[in-house]
Amino acid sequence: MNPIYLDNNATTACDPAVVEAMLPFFTEQFGNPSSMHSFGNKVAHALKEARGRVQALLGAEHESEIVFTSCGTESDSTAILSALKAQSGRNQIITTAVEHPAVLTLCDYLEKEGVVVHRLGVDKKGRLDLDEYRSLLSPRTAIVSVMWANNETGTIFPVETMAEMARSVGAMFHTDAVQAVGKIAIDLKSTKIDMLSLSGHKLHAPKGVGVLYLRRNTRFRPLLRGGHQERGRRSGTENSASIVGLGVAAQQALDHMGYENTEVKRLRDRLEAGILPRVPRSFVTGDPANRLPNTANIAFEFVEGEAILMLLNRQGIAASSGSACTSGSLEPSHVMRAMGIPYTAAHGTIRFSLSRYTTEAEIDRVIEAVPPIIAQLRKLSPYWSENGPVEASEQGFAPAYA
Amino acid sequence: MWDYSDKVREHFFNPRNAGPLEGANAIGDVGSIKCGDALRLMLKVDPQDERILDAHFQTFGCGSAIASSSALTEMAKGKTLDEALAISNQDIADYLDGLPAEKMHCSVMGREALQAAVANYRGETWSDDHVEGAMVCKCFAVDAALIEDVVRANNLTTVEQVTNFTKAGGGCSSCHEGVEEILAKVAGERCTAPVPEVKTIEVTPPKAKPVQPRLTNFQRMRRIEEVIESIRPMLQRDHGDIEIVEVDGRNIYVNLKGACQGCMMEQMTLAGIQDQLVEALGEFVQLLPAGLLARAAIPA
Repeated sequence: MNPIYLDNNATTACDPAVVEAMLPFFTEQFGNPSSMHSFGNKVAHALKEARGRVQALLGAEHESEIVFTSCGTESDSTAILSALKAQSGRNQIITTAVEHPAVLTLCDYLEKEGVVVHRLGVDKKGRLDLDEYRSLLSPRTAIVSVMWANNETGTIFPVETMAEMARSVGAMFHTDAVQAVGKIAIDLKSTKIDMLSLSGHKLHAPKGVGVLYLRRNTRFRPLLRGGHQERGRRSGTENSASIVGLGVAAQQALDHMGYENTEVKRLRDRLEAGILPRVPRSFVTGDPANRLPNTANIAFEFVEGEAILMLLNRQGIAASSGSACTSGSLEPSHVMRAMGIPYTAAHGTIRFSLSRYTTEAEIDRVIEAVPPIIAQLRKLSPYWSENGPVEASEQGFAPAYA
Repeated sequence: MWDYSDKVREHFFNPRNAGPLEGANAIGDVGSIKCGDALRLMLKVDPQDERILDAHFQTFGCGSAIASSSALTEMAKGKTLDEALAISNQDIADYLDGLPAEKMHCSVMGREALQAAVANYRGETWSDDHVEGAMVCKCFAVDAALIEDVVRANNLTTVEQVTNFTKAGGGCSSCHEGVEEILAKVAGERCTAPVPEVKTIEVTPPKAKPVQPRLTNFQRMRRIEEVIESIRPMLQRDHGDIEIVEVDGRNIYVNLKGACQGCMMEQMTLAGIQDQLVEALGEFVQLLPAGLLARAAIPA
């Protein structure tokens, strides 16, 4: 039985063409792109080509707006810290309650250092309130950092509109787009987005390479100082093999953009349509009408996510969960809590994230596997009796909480 | 994914005594609101001698929560209520060949469930009194509540002191920021800034030690043994142990066992015991892992 990988929002398999393109850069193409001799020169050319491909995927106006980094987290940190450093008099950040920890943890830290952080809440479907956003924008706003799409639910935020609103008060706009890039069409030159983070391993490139898009003429301070690499905006010898790999992956993502938004979407919808009617008290979280084509986040009430994952894993199916126990944080997903999903459902959320490699046969196998697993775990659950949830009553389950 | 023992996996995939229990006369419902796990323990108790005839459970929780509930029912069956009450959460974890440190706090609700069930049987009301804080030090499973208590009780001001008292921060260093925040919080309550430790330089010459009579070989061995025996209970409390393998001149070879094996604090533990040995013997000795003995035995 072949394993089924439905955890592509966590990381993706490297495309074989990506691996093939990278290999020479571990052997004969080992030169330092900064060197004056031919060893370095060839690598420098390869990097230029990769830069052009990423530029095309993002729809950036200039090739020089692409800065290669080590990962999405580095790009996020660089963007936010730079905006605070480069604009004296502006010491406020506006972000959302459902950002990735790469942004949220940094903001928590900056708050302790005296930066004012506003975290926009979301409604039950994970949507932002733009009026609340407007009311928070001020001449004190240094940067707005809002993810393009949420990693857990796939819900897409109106970053283009929000960037224009930020520009109207002279604030910078950054978007963590690691989940969106490669899955939905992006054309940065027609937006007011100043900075964008991208992560290679989310789009079939290797881990350890990312991009910070930096709009021309945006005030900037580097995070790493040293050599002149990336025009001094990100020092450190280039990870040439990975950058070349990312270039190929960007090209492939652009080529498959149509497939992603038709066939991958169809399989995702098939998965949901197959599971929901067969499992009572289950529902899709987030905003089903406005989300990434590859993501399905389903809450199974009264059962716990880690237990579901362990049983799925035994059948070779890989997914992920917003449950506390899978993270080690002991708290259920902050995204589910921000949407007001009750604890008994938040703990049972499972994220299935597809890729262009997912097949219909795989989806059908998952549809067969899930309902019996949920039924099996509900038999163990004190919140569930034979026919449905135990309602709060004399017999109801009301534990003494520690 | 968590590194669960085979026994945890086995109890999770094939839980014993799961589901409602007909004729249960002692029911305990407990939960941990932090992570949302919840457990209903159902016992059938013989009113004659308070012996547990049958035990079932229903659990909403992760793999280890289900496995530990399953283990609890197996352990409780056949015991009297008083015997069952003696089962600790650690006993359950031991029964399952151990659980990840992070999981101990939230997923093992056995002791609480037993207390609640017994209270239910005896017509008493039960409320859980154990306070649980966020896990700060993951290496040694030390939570914020414990650190705060210790800092307050002992007027601690540095991370090093907290490590000496609680072990927190003695491993990977990732929690030092968190420990510092607790220190700052408690210091704020005291309205004093944390005072940096001032190391005073000893100016008076150290007193000459009274000359100790030279120990006979036998006395010396006995004394080494006494020191090690006095330390063992402390190690055993942390599920470790130590045994003397060989005494060769001033080299004392020992085996660290149980949780001490491969513990990140191994070097610190050895150094601490060595200090006590030096003190007791009045001579310099070296405490070495027995592994080195084997290496020393191989002729060069």
